[in-house]
Amino acid sequence: MPRRVVVRVLVVLTLVLGWTYVAWRWSSSLNLAAWWIAVPLVVAETYSLIDVTLFGLTMWRARERPAPPPPAPGTTVDVLVTTYDEPVDLVMRTALAAQRIRHPHTTWVLDDGARPALRDAALAAGVGYVVRSPDWEGRPRHAKAGNLNNALLVTEGELVLVLDADQVPDPAILDRTVGYFDDPRVAIVQTPQVFDNVPVADPLGSQAPLFYGPIMQGKDGWNAAFFCGSNAVLRRDALMQLGLVGYVDASRAAVRRALRTARAVLARAAREAADPTVADALTTVRAAAARAQRRLDGGDPLGPVTYEFQRAVDAASGTLVDADVARMRADLEQIAELHDAHGTLTLDQSALTRLAARDWSPLGALEAVRDLLRAVDVDRHDEAQAVQPVATVSVTEDMATAMALHALGWRTVYHHETLAHGLAPEDLPTMLTQRLRWAQGTVQTMLRRNPWRVPGLTVGQRLMYSATMWSYLSGFAAVVYLVAPVLFLLFGVMPVTAWSVDFFARFVPFLVASQLLFLVVARGLTTWRGQQYALALFPVWIRACVTAAANVWWGRPLEFAVTRKDGRSSTVAWRRVLPQLVAMVVLVAAVPVGLARAALGLSAWSGTLVNVAWVGYDLVVLGVVVQALRYRGYRAAGRTEGER
Amino acid sequence: MGLDLDLELRDGRTAVLRLVGRLTMLGAGDVRAAVDRAVDAGHPLVVVDLAGVPFMDSSGLGVLVGGLRATRVAQGDLRIAGAGEQVRAVLELTSMDLVLRPYAHVDDALRGD
Repeated sequence: MPRRVVVRVLVVLTLVLGWTYVAWRWSSSLNLAAWWIAVPLVVAETYSLIDVTLFGLTMWRARERPAPPPPAPGTTVDVLVTTYDEPVDLVMRTALAAQRIRHPHTTWVLDDGARPALRDAALAAGVGYVVRSPDWEGRPRHAKAGNLNNALLVTEGELVLVLDADQVPDPAILDRTVGYFDDPRVAIVQTPQVFDNVPVADPLGSQAPLFYGPIMQGKDGWNAAFFCGSNAVLRRDALMQLGLVGYVDASRAAVRRALRTARAVLARAAREAADPTVADALTTVRAAAARAQRRLDGGDPLGPVTYEFQRAVDAASGTLVDADVARMRADLEQIAELHDAHGTLTLDQSALTRLAARDWSPLGALEAVRDLLRAVDVDRHDEAQAVQPVATVSVTEDMATAMALHALGWRTVYHHETLAHGLAPEDLPTMLTQRLRWAQGTVQTMLRRNPWRVPGLTVGQRLMYSATMWSYLSGFAAVVYLVAPVLFLLFGVMPVTAWSVDFFARFVPFLVASQLLFLVVARGLTTWRGQQYALALFPVWIRACVTAAANVWWGRPLEFAVTRKDGRSSTVAWRRVLPQLVAMVVLVAAVPVGLARAALGLSAWSGTLVNVAWVGYDLVVLGVVVQALRYRGYRAAGRTEGER
Repeated sequence: MGLDLDLELRDGRTAVLRLVGRLTMLGAGDVRAAVDRAVDAGHPLVVVDLAGVPFMDSSGLGVLVGGLRATRVAQGDLRIAGAGEQVRAVLELTSMDLVLRPYAHVDDALRGD
């Protein structure tokens, strides 16, 4: 049987068994006497099954692409090495390797740290060097997305290869990826991120073989493979289109906001104006604003609506200028009678038009009106670049950018071949900070750009984006999975009516089927580490959800959440995983208590054994944290290899 | 964002009116009143110091011309000093710089050369 058929059979089997189990859990097994743990547990289980369902859908269309055609000759490429504070040697190692890429290209170092030493090294090596233009001063910098956007205005290749400072490219990286762009609809080709400084045991879970493999191949099958921030080739045209569309959307929002607030201000100003000419002009502008707002609500394009509004404003300004000029003429005539000197005010039409233009308009005397006129100017004066190709809605620019491209109908490719080798964090605190940032970015994107509400995505794409976002909610479920067995072992609290034959008959087949699916999908890859961390980092995931929600809903800065990067002292590292360590102590302590309660006849043996096994699973999963704490970096691990 | 005024009556028949802020219809009434006050007090040679005025529109220009008429009626004059780039642009566009000659400093305007 072809592999794909085996996978699909297992997916169907797992989902049928899984949903049968969860349906039974909801309908017939809830111990409502302990609803406060029974309901959270069944919700957590449902959450996990939805996660498995989305995973199954991902695998449904997993595909291995045939090798792409060779690059079309003459395709121009810019290789962009992004850096903020990495050591100069490390950045130059990547930049020099980038120079050696075979396909003709130009290499650039994008130095967001603007370090003179790096500039000198780059220029000495003949590598392009880019820092932010002065336009960015005092404006939002948008981190890496801003760095890339800044460089996109300086460079001009048809394609850009984006590399993190530590990702040393293979000379063949472009030969193997540029050919995909023969298809004019392709916007992104993403390749795996693999790390060299990681021992086989991978104590920090740096490698992501399941993600850069079956999962991305599955997303690719739904045309939903996304940009992961590095080791990807992007089409400049597509990014620019994205920037323009984003610009129009942002302008539209700004104009609507301005129109809404201006109407009330204009009405009040018209009432308060002493001069009837002024009052009339303000009333005219207010009517024009109301009409513009109606037209925008009705879906009329921004261009004609703002044009019409501006003409109305110009006309109103003109009446004021005319009144001023008439008054001045009268004054000058009187002066001339007194002195038979200076004559009259001779103004041609162009001078009158100039006096009535937006920036000089007498209407601008009112600050609110001035703001309105400026907003309708649609130049996004609050941003460094009016057009921002790489999405800036989240701290991780990659997923949001890919989603926006998919929404515009572009295609993406996942090319499953390692073409760059990077460096992973070598200590627990740095790793935790990195994971927190990724999780925050994903949750931010989910809250700002809900894939179910972004127009233009296919159902498959919506499902694939949901799958990634959904998985970051696992922290809450993990807490329930840790607390529930402890409650039973310590206090005999039962979240289910019984751990009976009914339970096992439904749960065990589902468990077996899902593990089998996992095994077949993983094809011998070591995915256990990833499974452990998905649960063991529950405090990180919860924190990411809370801080990202606070950021999106209440505008709290994310920086509050980002802990300082100090890998230097391992003595404080354990503090970063205190919740996990406490959980482990409690889990271990619960086992003898539970066994004693069963021996005394206070609880049933069946339930006790189920929960002891459950605790055992939790401990094995959380145990990865202890391994991570003991890890002393790649070299150190290499030296102690013989001890194991 | 309003317009601040400071009227200083000086020796002889002179006065200096210092303006800080945007000269538009919002401040026009105050400027007109200050000029009238100087004229009524017997100081019809008024120098308007525009060094603190970054912006002037047609209403602002209108009040200066209105002030010019009021001072001339009282055998005085209205002169302007320290006009910035935008104010000069408005004056030149309307050729009012021929009527209201912009002086560099208040002292030049007071001397009238």
